[in-house]
Amino acid sequence: MAEATQLDSPASEEKIAIDGFTEEGENLSPFNEGTVQHGAKKHSHGDAPVIPEASRGERLKSYKLDDFAPLNGREEDWRFTPLKRLRGLHNQPLTGAGPAVEVTGAANIQVETVGRDDWRIGSAAIPDDRVSAAAWEAFAEATVVTIPAETIADGDVHISINGVDEAPAAQHLIITAERFSKAVVVLDHHGKTTLAQNVEIVVGDGAELTVVSVQEWDDDAVHTSTQQARIGRNAKFKHVVVSLGGDLVRMTPSSLFTGPGSEVEMYGLYFADAGQHLEQRLLVDHAVPNCKSRVTYKGALQGQDAHTVWVGDVLIRKEAEGTDTYETNRNLLLTDGTRSDSVPNLEIETGLIAGAGHASATGRFDDEHLFYLMARGIDEKTARRLVVRGFLNEVIQQIKVPALEERLTDAVERELAAGNI
Amino acid sequence: MSTLEITDLHVSIETEQGARKQILKGVSLTINTGESHAIMGPNGSGKSTLASTIAGHPRYLVDSGSITLDGEDVLDMSVDERARAGLFLAMQYPVEVPGVTMTNFLRTAKTALDGKAPSLRHWTKDVKEAMSQLRIDADFAQRNVNEGFSGGEKKRVEILQLELFKPRFAILDETDSGLDVDALKVVSEGVNREHNKGGMGTVLITHYTRILRYIKPDFVHVFVDGRIAEQGGPELADRLEAEGYDRFLTNSPAPAGSPAGA
Repeated sequence: MAEATQLDSPASEEKIAIDGFTEEGENLSPFNEGTVQHGAKKHSHGDAPVIPEASRGERLKSYKLDDFAPLNGREEDWRFTPLKRLRGLHNQPLTGAGPAVEVTGAANIQVETVGRDDWRIGSAAIPDDRVSAAAWEAFAEATVVTIPAETIADGDVHISINGVDEAPAAQHLIITAERFSKAVVVLDHHGKTTLAQNVEIVVGDGAELTVVSVQEWDDDAVHTSTQQARIGRNAKFKHVVVSLGGDLVRMTPSSLFTGPGSEVEMYGLYFADAGQHLEQRLLVDHAVPNCKSRVTYKGALQGQDAHTVWVGDVLIRKEAEGTDTYETNRNLLLTDGTRSDSVPNLEIETGLIAGAGHASATGRFDDEHLFYLMARGIDEKTARRLVVRGFLNEVIQQIKVPALEERLTDAVERELAAGNI
Repeated sequence: MSTLEITDLHVSIETEQGARKQILKGVSLTINTGESHAIMGPNGSGKSTLASTIAGHPRYLVDSGSITLDGEDVLDMSVDERARAGLFLAMQYPVEVPGVTMTNFLRTAKTALDGKAPSLRHWTKDVKEAMSQLRIDADFAQRNVNEGFSGGEKKRVEILQLELFKPRFAILDETDSGLDVDALKVVSEGVNREHNKGGMGTVLITHYTRILRYIKPDFVHVFVDGRIAEQGGPELADRLEAEGYDRFLTNSPAPAGSPAGA
């Protein structure tokens, strides 16, 4: 019965479902009862039991805040997040002025500030969680950065996002790399804030875009950021998350392939100190054939109650034949009292793929590494730093923006020094 | 001349069940710079335990006895202090250290051992030369320490470090295991080059006699069940090659051997 329902109602925007992928991975017959936002109505009452999604592809997406139930912390996508520390982002009006946005760097690009009714709003993203939807409803104006078609940006695009107060605020950014353009865009977050942010990223056909989002907030900042990329045909997109500063930083980047022949690389580096909560939840949505994705996130943790979360969802839809994907997450626990959650999820709807895999490892600083280095005369502190630096450099080296690499290397050194490691 | 002196050493490990298991049951050994000692014995006799204990691996617990280097208490030193005092352990299973390039590692270690950074020009030349003598590809310098190296490559890299760091005492823990004949020659030549300079005492730990065709020991000690069962000159190695360890094993517990040779 469920099968018939599914087949008779072709996928609408909200309802591109991966059918019947069970834990055993064997039941590939469709079984999508309640696919249409399983209980969106129930959710609006807020007290309904949490119904697990059968697939990541079924998650509710909506521009309307009211379509999402108030959060209680038991939701699959919020279960690791300490809601109390969101400082109202999930249940207060987002009326603060928010951090100032300043775009510098490349001269041959277009920078605009536009109102809510601009035609480009919504060109890449639909909120898929309550805080993102709240931000969507609340933002007053958006910053739009456009790299015109067939243009190679004549320098890195630097978007400085500087917060000065803690009033809960919403922010909206759109980065568009038009067809056959090429650019590196750095989102540089600093200062103090309580911010819910949506970043829409459009990667046009044949474009090559790198977006680096650096979170070097003050210690008490709270920041959630949904960064959704919509990737055209034969395009290359590189996304890098670097989370170092802030009390609670929750990044939800996603890449949606909409044309064949494209490549996505998603990198992440995070370094959590005592009490910090750094969370990253990714989605790579292989919705079309012959695309390639690589995800590499690495994190280090030090100090009491340093907590990191990495959830990596990869969806290979039925249409996505020839997909090649691999995601990996590594965490290094440098001291006692830290906690790292790492959850890779791979849903495969077609057997006709080039490759799909994932790896996750969370380890303590390895005593055998330490012994080896110390047996060569290197003192314990230097040995530890050598290993941590090396561990994180593997990600830093992939950014390939020299000025930023240097800055991040220095930032890692400061983290190491602060942790007395 | 320097002297590494091991006196009545008793060492145990903690088993996974939490019990203590005695491995070395009273080992005495004196090694002078310029001398070459081979420690031989069947598996499980405690040879590698002695090597790791000298280097200070935390797994090995010293119950009694002493290790001194020119009278200084080695057991009182941390692992890195021992290395800086001139002790070098070529490991049986060198670990991979992800994210740390060989170049970075070698320079950091050399700086730590000498107390100052090596002159860049000479150092680069020394490294290149030593690598080429050990037939290590130049691109290894940019690879992470031991990462993806074959067993033989790892052993060569251990000897590369021996040649670059110039220790007073080198303990080679089954450096010959896993090497084919060509690699064994290359590695042995490296050890001999350093040893023949005269400033180094060499302790060669091995299960087999074949490496002794290339590295000639002045003294041979046979370990059985945590003790030195017999010791003598190079002729003892020849005898072991002909007879194997059987006569020690069938007679076990072995006699304590003649301490006069130590």
